[in-house]
Amino acid sequence: MWQRETFKKIKQVPGEEHVLPGSALCAGCGGLESLRLAAKVLGDDVVYVNAAGCFTMLAAYPYTSFKGSWLYTTMGSAPAGAQGVRDALDLLIAKGRLPKHENLKVVVLGGDGSTYDMALSSTSGAMNRGLDFYYICYDNEAYGNTGMQLSPATPYGARTATSPCGLQHPSGASQEKKDIFEIWRAHKPPYIATVAPRYPLDLEEKFARAAAFTGPKMVLALAACPTGWLYDPGETPEVAKLAVETGLWPLKEAINGVLTHTYVPKRKPVEAYLKLQGRFRHLFEPTMQTEAIQHIQARVDAYWERATREGS
Amino acid sequence: MDSQMMTGNLAAAWGARLADVDYIPAFPITPQTEIVEALAKWCAGGELAARFVTMDSEHSMMTAAGAAEATGARVFTATSSQGLLYAFEVLYSISGWRAPLVLVNVSRALAAPITLESDHNDVLAARDSGFLQIHAETCQEVLDSILMAYRIAEDERVMLPVIVNLDGFSLSFTREPVRIPDPEQVRTFLPPFHPAHLGFRASVPHSLGVAVIGGTPYAYFRHQMHLASINALEVHREVAASFEQLFGRRYDVVEGYRLDDAEDVLVMTNSCAGTGKAAVDAARGEGKRVGLLRLRMIRPWPADAIRGALRGRRAVAVLDQNLAPGQGGILFQEIAASLYHEATRPRALCSFIGGLGGQNLSVGELRAIFEQTAKAGVSGKGIGPVLLYTQAEHREMTQLQMVAAGSVKRET
Repeated sequence: MWQRETFKKIKQVPGEEHVLPGSALCAGCGGLESLRLAAKVLGDDVVYVNAAGCFTMLAAYPYTSFKGSWLYTTMGSAPAGAQGVRDALDLLIAKGRLPKHENLKVVVLGGDGSTYDMALSSTSGAMNRGLDFYYICYDNEAYGNTGMQLSPATPYGARTATSPCGLQHPSGASQEKKDIFEIWRAHKPPYIATVAPRYPLDLEEKFARAAAFTGPKMVLALAACPTGWLYDPGETPEVAKLAVETGLWPLKEAINGVLTHTYVPKRKPVEAYLKLQGRFRHLFEPTMQTEAIQHIQARVDAYWERATREGS
Repeated sequence: MDSQMMTGNLAAAWGARLADVDYIPAFPITPQTEIVEALAKWCAGGELAARFVTMDSEHSMMTAAGAAEATGARVFTATSSQGLLYAFEVLYSISGWRAPLVLVNVSRALAAPITLESDHNDVLAARDSGFLQIHAETCQEVLDSILMAYRIAEDERVMLPVIVNLDGFSLSFTREPVRIPDPEQVRTFLPPFHPAHLGFRASVPHSLGVAVIGGTPYAYFRHQMHLASINALEVHREVAASFEQLFGRRYDVVEGYRLDDAEDVLVMTNSCAGTGKAAVDAARGEGKRVGLLRLRMIRPWPADAIRGALRGRRAVAVLDQNLAPGQGGILFQEIAASLYHEATRPRALCSFIGGLGGQNLSVGELRAIFEQTAKAGVSGKGIGPVLLYTQAEHREMTQLQMVAAGSVKRET
């Protein structure tokens, strides 16, 4: 049974903010909430290495949301940028040209569009080289900054601007969400976790646990997205909660490749989650697409049956 | 110190070693690979106190290189051809970060069709990237140019990255005598890298490569890059003087060869300029007043030096080892633009395209270039672009086509 050791009560979450308010991001951004919580453990001695995506707008001249540093790279190579920064900091400290107390954590911020496809090569390379860095993927399941187009993280049945509901595909996206967690896990980095912004203690605990490891620390953060998923910004906590409680977004970690679920939900029917969001509305009206909903339910059930069988 | 025989690639590696670089992200590609192999060996053996990392692609390699330079390390890396193009978007990022690293490009023609041999479409594709460009003719010049490149790049008036170009095969794999400068003297010439405006550190947070909203800030930063690049002309002058004083070798942004009384001038770049100089000597032997202008610095474009060398000539021929399909030679266009406002501009400008993908440049072709250029100078009517292709090449190609069609067996 997985237990939190550092963060047992909500009062233990530090009050100090490290992601400052007033950014250009959308109201109710679940990704930003995940980052806000993560930064409470990461602190300010950080250089964020960014790939093209929604978070790119967190540093828009002459403003930044951070007290720490920032380097925007490209959509496909933020982990390579992290490699350059980490190596340079290490060698400058080793050569005595940078005092040790000036050291920084190197944290990649990439969306799912970057993480799941274009940056896969540079992420794989960084993990393979054992780079000591954090990778936070804020996953809103589509190319969000360009207006919600299909990405490899888009789940089956979601409508996006490039997976519209039509005669050929009445249920929207016909492909399954790529399992980036398992792709990462195949590299056996010391620490991988999924987090959701509605589960702050689980999230904080994971960043605290990650800090103990040297090497790649990979975090997949649910970025419930009112603008793209089509729900009221005030409902982000509820949407994020139901993503977990239906079992669609498992909270888990893998230490050196060994998988543990950090929370086992009772699993509400997936409809509860799908119904809240405009991107799934076509599954319910004008006619119920029962088969598509059953397909989504069956895949969640199969996932958890396997997890139970394997005792993870 | 006596000279040693070494390839252009090894000379490039020596340049990085003497520059005492801190960081080398690498990725292999022919004909560049020997450079990073030599550096990997020296890093492993302790001859060079640098961190060597093999990356997953040239795109990642250039990102890591720029990010490390932006953090405050002195960075060297090398690539070629497809690798340069694979990293292309990152070149623009690095110059935008004002990260003054040095990249060696070993010129190789671009696919398709795929080949390993040299022309300059790869490096010239990067001419608008914000990188400065120095093109070398000899192995010695490769080594020396890398040392000069760091001095120029890291100058506060410049703070831009530099590409040092050498030709694949004809320079990369050709051994020439090279004098290795004394490391102590190099340290005098190139002090350790302590950038005033770069680096990420806890006490001095720094945001780099940030988004801008609207054209005003974008144009501001782009203008800054242009002005800094132009500054590199003056900085090059100072650096060349300092280099000559310490090492006895002189390099200017352009090199004139037998220009003094030349009526007609041939413009070339890189290692094939050696072939051009031999052709000048041969033509001079026949009493023709010809000379050669080798462009060494391509970015910033040394317009004044070019005008100074070409004004008042009868005719100028530009031999481009590149081809912009549907347009012609890339450098021809820039030369022509530079001369437009000259009151005594040459009576004729001629454009020749040759040496593509390692294609031979024969004595006969160079003689024909001089003859046609002289004729154009008399008539006042320029020619080109002329695509150089000899009868012998045509016969060879016809033979290959017949083999491809299965109508003859290849001679063995």
